[in-house]
Formats: sequence, structure tokens, C-alpha cells
Amino acid sequence: MGSNSHVGRRDLIKRAVALGLISVPTVSALSACASGGDDDNGGGAKGEKTDKNPLGVDKNAGLEVLMFDGGFGTKYIDDDATAFQKNFGKVDTSSTEKIQSKVQGRMAAGDPPDLINNSGDEAMDVPALITRGQLADLTPLLDAPSIDDPEKTVRETLRDGTVEMGQYGDEKVYRMNIAYSVFGLWYSQKLLDDNGWEYPKTWDDMLAICADAKKQGIAGFAYTGVYPQYLAFSMLPMIGKVGGVEVLNAIDNLEPNAWKHDAVKAVMEAHYELYDKGYVLKNSPGKTHTDVQTDWTERGNCIFIPNGSWVENESKDTTPPDFQMAVSPSPNLDSSDAMPFETIWAQAGEPFIVPAKGKNALGAMEFLRNMLSKKSAAGFTELVSSLACVEGSEEGLQLGTGLSTAVGLLDRAGENFLNPRFPDWYPTPYREKIVFVWGDMMKGGIKPDEAVNKIQEIADETAADDSIKKYKH
Amino acid sequence: MTDGGRAATKVGDPGKSAEKPSPPRSRKESFRSSPRYRTFVKYRFVTGFLIIPFGLYAVFVISPFVQTFYYSFTDWTGFSSDFNMVGFENYSRLLDDETFWAAVRNNLVLALAVPFVTLSLGLFFAFMLTVGGRHKRGEAVSGVRGAKTYKIVYFFPQALSIAVIAALWGYIFKPDVGLLDPVLPGALSPNGGWLADSSFALWAVMIVMCWAMVGFFVVLFSAAIGQIPKEIYESALLDGASRAVTFFRITLPLIRDTVQTGWVYMGIMALGAESFAVVNIITQGPGGPEDSTMVLGVYLWQTGFAQAQAGRGAAMGVALFILTMILAIAALSVGRRRDRIEY
Repeated sequence: MGSNSHVGRRDLIKRAVALGLISVPTVSALSACASGGDDDNGGGAKGEKTDKNPLGVDKNAGLEVLMFDGGFGTKYIDDDATAFQKNFGKVDTSSTEKIQSKVQGRMAAGDPPDLINNSGDEAMDVPALITRGQLADLTPLLDAPSIDDPEKTVRETLRDGTVEMGQYGDEKVYRMNIAYSVFGLWYSQKLLDDNGWEYPKTWDDMLAICADAKKQGIAGFAYTGVYPQYLAFSMLPMIGKVGGVEVLNAIDNLEPNAWKHDAVKAVMEAHYELYDKGYVLKNSPGKTHTDVQTDWTERGNCIFIPNGSWVENESKDTTPPDFQMAVSPSPNLDSSDAMPFETIWAQAGEPFIVPAKGKNALGAMEFLRNMLSKKSAAGFTELVSSLACVEGSEEGLQLGTGLSTAVGLLDRAGENFLNPRFPDWYPTPYREKIVFVWGDMMKGGIKPDEAVNKIQEIADETAADDSIKKYKH
Repeated sequence: MTDGGRAATKVGDPGKSAEKPSPPRSRKESFRSSPRYRTFVKYRFVTGFLIIPFGLYAVFVISPFVQTFYYSFTDWTGFSSDFNMVGFENYSRLLDDETFWAAVRNNLVLALAVPFVTLSLGLFFAFMLTVGGRHKRGEAVSGVRGAKTYKIVYFFPQALSIAVIAALWGYIFKPDVGLLDPVLPGALSPNGGWLADSSFALWAVMIVMCWAMVGFFVVLFSAAIGQIPKEIYESALLDGASRAVTFFRITLPLIRDTVQTGWVYMGIMALGAESFAVVNIITQGPGGPEDSTMVLGVYLWQTGFAQAQAGRGAAMGVALFILTMILAIAALSVGRRRDRIEY
């Protein structure tokens, strides 16, 4: 305080500081990666095509691979890198937990890595990249001969639905998903056996088990309120089973009133009943996947959780040795359902993309070709306890009980596979809005009717939004 | 000073013809000795110091600033360098965007409530630590016992990064395992904890922000109160003033400038960086449940980066800038005092 002979100057400085404080954090953040120049050099280096080099990789071009360092780690590509280096030139790998932060600026400037493991919380929006012509079509890779059997193309060695997961409304393939996940309700076979329960094939059986369990203080169902997208693993396949594939396709195609189909309503009401009758684990709305998985394995206070086949590896630290983890498809609503109990939602995951402006796009595809060999895929399964997208790559491996039951489901499903695409075609409305409507319903915030209306509204908004690219089955 | 320069010229004139008559030098000398020279030197000096910081400021602050305004009129995705001008489309879409308005509403609540609570607590603690104690050792004014220790303890949160603080509180709010769960009565303990309930979540965010910032203001206000001459307090005490009266009649008016600056600073933190960090780290979504904790910073980030709509994000940045400006100007002008108390 004290003297005030320089009031003007002090005020000035104060205001300047205030102005600086305002302007720095608010406005400038977005322009951090201003647009630079770009030059299209169309797929990069090319070499001579031979039997050993079916894609025609230029061996002097060098390859830069950017890995996502998440649940699967990055070790599983080490062997592929060695193999590539032996025949096709130098490989430079790096990894990050934040793909977008690390690489978006380089994509904008036209100098991307050649192969990106576009995964995790900060995966780049693939539809947006496709719209801007930033991704290479992987058809040359899929039509190239496979490593194990030159008579078969790579495409023919992959599991059901793997190629489709890379397609966005046409025949071009922009993502190669190397893992393969089976979704459903996960449980401890031991817990069921100890109580004389059998896995419920209809929703009435489900409710009966939940009622029985409630008497013992065990919750029949638990979900991850912080990440309510896990509810999809129970809801979406059940919608498909009740109403048939067409219902899911209509939802994916953003058809008017697709979410108002009776099958959707019935499934939502069935799940709401779990809340209504007090069968949902207390505090589920505030739990993360790890919280719920710990409750489920270590504390044993809930029976069924909607999850994917990575859960066995993810929760191995808390799983008792005699837990006997298992997975089954979500129950049918009743005998009038369109699809049989064995119907399963299985999907390729863990995507790799090849930027169109990379210097060695063909090299990146060659690298992926090697990753899709049986040997490499089996190595992936051994290392990270997840199935790989290559058909039969798990044969002869020692799998955990959960993964074994998952393989069993794939075998039994026959032709009855579901693959809802809404989550990856329209990631923003799905992940930021729809799943939270489910979450709100499961904690009693809104009734199923209201939830259906809200979700339909979100879907209609998406359909009307010109800035979102649309896809069709 | 200018007179001195002129005088020097006159004195120099007779000597010039006698010693070294060189015309160029004489011209130089005439500039050196001209009245403008002083001004020139002064500005050269100032410019020399300012050119580098101003250059940095222009490149890293002003230029992105201007560019953001520009990008807010484009459909730039942020992924590639091609985009089209779309006029006011980004802005008109914001007007129909419920999440955007939820974010504005929450930001306004934060910008009013958080500074009020934080500054009130900061003032109260600072007052108690500097003049609120019982009289001892013959001193008229002193803080409560252990004031120095408290001051350090209050400042602890400042030593932690906001990310650490938010993560810490995230655990405190966690259901089943968090510290808060067992101590709260049933009515205040919704299923899933505070962060899972749309009527509690924003409170949780505010508590974290206040906790993180209050220590800074305790120290700031303690320093300001320390500047007030003790005699003023002594005479107030002699007149029989209570602590409350002392606070409202003496302390508060005399440190008003500091409080006002603190208010603007805290308001900006509540609109920008601080709310972004806390909401992003502890809330569901982030910004949920049901947009109950959405703030502009988080929504801007989600739209501009995660959804690859940098143009719309830029429009939100401009909106946030305008909002911040209005609040800052309001806070600086409302209650501005014309007369100053000197002491």
C-alpha cells in the first residue's frame, strides 16, 4: 500500500496483467497448431514387386511406427520390427499414451509417421481423417498373399468382421484392427456353481438369480457409471437378439425412429428393471471399470458385469486363482426373440492406420502383413492375453479360463455374429451423449421411455448435422 | 534538461573554431546536443528492453489470438491445412447448443461463487493470522497462536500441481473407498457419490477449486494486512472496537485494492485454467453427469480437439474470451474508489 504517486502506472500494469491472464489461456490454445503448408506425395516410396516383396516396398525408404502405450503395451511389435528390418530396411519405433497430442500437428503439416497405432482415450477421429483424405486405403495389404499360405490373401486369414471394422460405408478399408474381442456378461463360474445357479438364458432367469442373490447381499449386476459405454456390451447385442440384425443396422444407418423400435424399448426396460428391483451394485454410478472389476473379482459382491475379453488380463492382479472367469452372451428376452441365445457380439479392436501422406505407406502395409501372420498373432495373444484377429491364431496356446470360454462362444455362434457400428461410425454422439443417457437411466434418473426419446433425439441431431460424415450398411 | 542541452551548445560554439573544425562531427554533435536527443536516447533505451519480450508476446500471444478469431469463421478440422470460410455458422450453431449454454451457466456460477468463497475464506484466515489473536507480549495486535505454522500449512496446496490436487480429491469423492463416504449422512450421500449425481457434482468441483486456491490468498492478504500500520489498530482497540468491527471498518477498506485484484485473478482462474483442470480430471464425462459440471474450457477442448472441429472450438474460445473480458472489466470497474487512503 503506502504511496500513491504512480497510481496511473500501477493501474496500467494491473490491467495489462489482467489482459494477459485473460488472453493467454482462453483464446490462444486452439491456434497452437496453425495450418502449415502441405504437399501430396501420394503414398510415398515404391520399390519393385517380387514374391518376397509382394507390396513392392522400397527398401531404402525407412519406416516410422508410432505405438500407443496402453493396456497392451508396445512389446508385441518387437518381433515384427526385427523381421521387417531383416528384409525391408530400417524401422524407427516410438510410443505415447496420447496419440492425438503427439501426432495431430504432424498430420496437419503433411509429415506423419508411416504407421500409427491409433488407440486409447486420445485416438484421432478416424471419420474426420477419412473425410480429409488423410488415410491410405489398405486394400493392397488385404489382397496381398498371406505370410503363412501364399495361396490365401491376408483378407481370407482374418476372423469374421475384422475387415468390416475398417470400412466406413464403402469397400475401402482404412483401419487394420489386430486384436479381437468378445463382448458379453462376465461372471465367476465358481460363484454360480457354489450357489447352484445356471447361467440365465432368458431375462426371467436373470431376474430370478438376481432375486436369489439379493437375499445373500450379492448384487446381480454391476456397471461402470463413470464409463457407461460398458453397458453397450450387454444392451446392444441383446437388442440384436430380440429384434434381429435389421434393428441394429437401422440404428447404424441413422434411420428415423430406429431407437424407438420395440426391441430397443424392451431391452432398455429389462435393464431398468435391474435398477428398479435393487439388483444393481450400490454406488455403481460412481465407479470406474477398475472399481467394478475389483468388486467383482476380489470382493465377490456382484455376479454379472458387461465387459469385453480384455477384462481377464486387466483384472488379473485381483482375481483369485479359483475364480473361473467366464463369459456368455447376454440373455434372451424370451422365446419369441429373433436370434438364438448363442448370438454374439465380437469385434476386431486395437486399430492401426496408415496416413496417406506418409513417406513409406507400402512399408507400413508390409509391416502389418507380418503382424497378421499366425506366428506374430499368436505372440500377441501370449503376450497380452487377448485374441488376435487372425483365424485360429490361438490354437495350441495356453489360454486363461475367460479367454477359453470366449473362444468357445465364437465356435458356437456359427453364423450368428453381431457387429453394431454406431459406436465407431459416430463416436462423438455415442461416447459423449448416448452412453450417458444409459447411465442416467441405470441410476434411476430417467425412465426407459424418456431415455429412448432422448437417444432418438441425439441420433436425429447426428443425422441432421452436415459436419458429420454419414455411413450406411 | 532541455535547457541544459541548449546551454551546452552555446558553450561549445566558441571552442569549435579554435580547436578541431570538422563539419560532420559538428552536425552529429548538434544532434547529440539537440533537445530531441534526450528523448531519442530514452526511447532507444526503452525499445532495447522491450523488443524481445514484445516480439515473443506478438508471436506467441497476439498472433494466435488473432488467428483464433479468424479460424472461428472457418470449418477447419485441425487435422489438415485445408478449410473453407463458413461465416457465422460456428456461432449460430453455438446458440442452439444446449451443452454450450450449460457450460456458460456453470462457468458463471463458478466465476461468481468460487472467488467469493475463496476470497472470504482467505480474508478470514489472513485476518485471524495477522490481527485476530489475543494480545500478548505487550503487542497491541497479533495473530492467533501458531499463526506462522498455519500460514505454511495453508500454503501447502499451492506447492502441489492442480492435477495432483484434483486427482487427490477424486479419490476423496470416490464411493465406497473415499474419505467422504463414511462421514456423510445418508441424505448427502447419493448412490455413486457426489460426482455421479448431477445436483452434487458442481459442488464437488467448487470445493476442490476453493481448497486449491485459498492458501495463496491467505498469504497474499496476510502480506497486505501486514502493511497496515499497527497504530491504526491500536487506536481502534482503544476505542473498544471488536474484532468484527476492526475487520470491516479498518482491514477490509485498507486492502481493498488487493482484494479486487485477487477477485479478478480468481475469476479468470475459475473461467479458464483452474476449472478446466479440475473438471477434466475429477468429473464423469468429463463435464457430466448430464452436463452438470461442463465448463467452456472443457467443451472447447472436446469440440476443437477430440471431435476435430477446430473451427467450432475457436468460436467457443472467442465466446470464452468475451465472457472473461466482461467479467474482468466489471470486477475492475465496480466499486472502484476515486479517493485513496494514504498511510
